[in-house]
Amino acid sequence: MSKIVVMTSGKGGVGKTTSAAAFAAGLAQRGHKTVVVDFDVGLRNLDLVMGCERRVVFDFVNVINGEARLNQALIKDKRIDNLFILPTSQTRDKDALSREGVGEALEKLKDEFEYVICDSPAGIEKGAVMALYYADEAVIVTNPEVSSVRDSDRILGVLQSKSKRAEENREPVKEHLLLTRYDLDRVERGEMMAVDDVLDILAIRLLGVVPEDQAVLRASNLGQPVILDGTSTPGQSYRDAVSRFLGEEIPHRFTRREKRGVFQRLFRRTA
Amino acid sequence: MMIVDIPAEGDPLAGVETKLRQAPSFFDGAPVVLDLLAVADDARVDLIDIVARLREMGLIPIGVQNGGDRQNATALAAGLCPFPIWRSGRQRPERESDSNGEHDDQELAEPQPASGAKSQDGQREATAPPKRDGTPALLVTRPVRSGKRLYARDGDLVAAAPVSAGAELIADGHIHVYGPLRGRALAGVRGDETARIFCQSLEAELVSIAGAYRVREDIDEALIGKPVQIFLKGEQLVIDPLVRTPK
Ligand SMILES: Nc1ncnc2c1ncn2[C@@H]1O[C@H](COP(=O)(O)OP(=O)(O)OP(=O)(O)O)[C@@H](O)[C@H]1O
Ligand SMILES: [Mg+2]
Repeated sequence: MSKIVVMTSGKGGVGKTTSAAAFAAGLAQRGHKTVVVDFDVGLRNLDLVMGCERRVVFDFVNVINGEARLNQALIKDKRIDNLFILPTSQTRDKDALSREGVGEALEKLKDEFEYVICDSPAGIEKGAVMALYYADEAVIVTNPEVSSVRDSDRILGVLQSKSKRAEENREPVKEHLLLTRYDLDRVERGEMMAVDDVLDILAIRLLGVVPEDQAVLRASNLGQPVILDGTSTPGQSYRDAVSRFLGEEIPHRFTRREKRGVFQRLFRRTA
Repeated sequence: MMIVDIPAEGDPLAGVETKLRQAPSFFDGAPVVLDLLAVADDARVDLIDIVARLREMGLIPIGVQNGGDRQNATALAAGLCPFPIWRSGRQRPERESDSNGEHDDQELAEPQPASGAKSQDGQREATAPPKRDGTPALLVTRPVRSGKRLYARDGDLVAAAPVSAGAELIADGHIHVYGPLRGRALAGVRGDETARIFCQSLEAELVSIAGAYRVREDIDEALIGKPVQIFLKGEQLVIDPLVRTPK
């Protein structure tokens, strides 16, 4: 059965688009037919991160307005089978999306795809609510800092009350946490929150911890989802997260120092 | 806590501005309750604007008192809690129970304003705390997230989940939180002085019983993170650790 998954956060710039691209690519790599939809009307970042900005003819807004058919707007990824992108308009604003129009488009996408990944705009208002309204599952993208955690908490509240599932009193939207831009040095210095502190407040299932790493910027400059860079820590972390999303139980990585320092090793040996 | 009398005419916050000018740092971060006694229920008071201005002044607007039905409804919309009036020591309300018998069992129910008629001269009709007999408790089993506000009208509120900072629990009766209480909890909001708050871990931003408050800053650090019960002893808000009685 196909699923609509929203990447949302409340706070801006935490890594939703990066994560949406990585997740969509990861799911497609695992053999699931996946489309990633850009709900951030007016900004249009997703096609850049996916490296297909030069192939955009029609977009999501055109489809909703009946100016183009879905198949005309969908862009097939050149690297990964099973992966499609539905870009958004850069010239329109968030009002261009109507709830009915979005609903119809998502229904059609569900007929064709196993996973529909929705890249939400920042905020907790209209645009973000539009992106999460039809969701079956939500990946809450959070950075290890107080303001981001607070906003994630708020968006969880919005999911509980304003999603279609909530309105219809159906089983609630399934919630997952993706902790991104995790900088161990800063966590250890007490400048950022540790995984456990975040989990203590949000109390939802942890899908993965993605380290802060240059590889993300490098990948997005190349127009390549970072998950394709299997040598990088974010790439590996996103792969693990996708596996967990698909139900596999694997231990978490990148949440603490992997190697012990020389001093600690010596200490161990003598102990 | 600061009670601000809103005048019938003129700049509603002129008095506050004067006070702040006299003692700029004294009121920093003080919770504010707006008293609407002087203002007729149908007069226009822009509570949203007042809230924004108070925040800019570094104050924390939390509620209104002596409001009429309409004012209380606007207050709720502006994020203010309509409180019973007698904490100000002006008039002690006595009210017939206006229990509507209906209990909102929706987790995300928006609160109803505390009702109370206001007569022409601005005096509130005498009111009494609502009867709570037999009203089932409002039970929530999912985390109460930041920005959410739950109101248990005529009864108790039981949260079997964490209550986030920025969330608000309001009840005419008791409040129980089986988890950390990080947001605000206001029990006995329509005047029940016997109402209590119980929580597994006190980390609240604000707690209140029947209109008496304590903000986080005024809570003894030793009690933070502890299981406690909170109740009124006379006019005094008491926070007691919940300890098991030794055998
Ligand atoms: N793990 C990471 N390590 C380093 N940089 C990162 C990481 N994740 C994201 N970034 C960077 O953070 C910035 C914001 O990321 P992104 O655009 O994915 O966030 P967003 O939540 O979609 O933002 P918006 O709210 O504006 O849509 C980008 O410059 C991106 O390269
Ligand atoms: Mg984005």
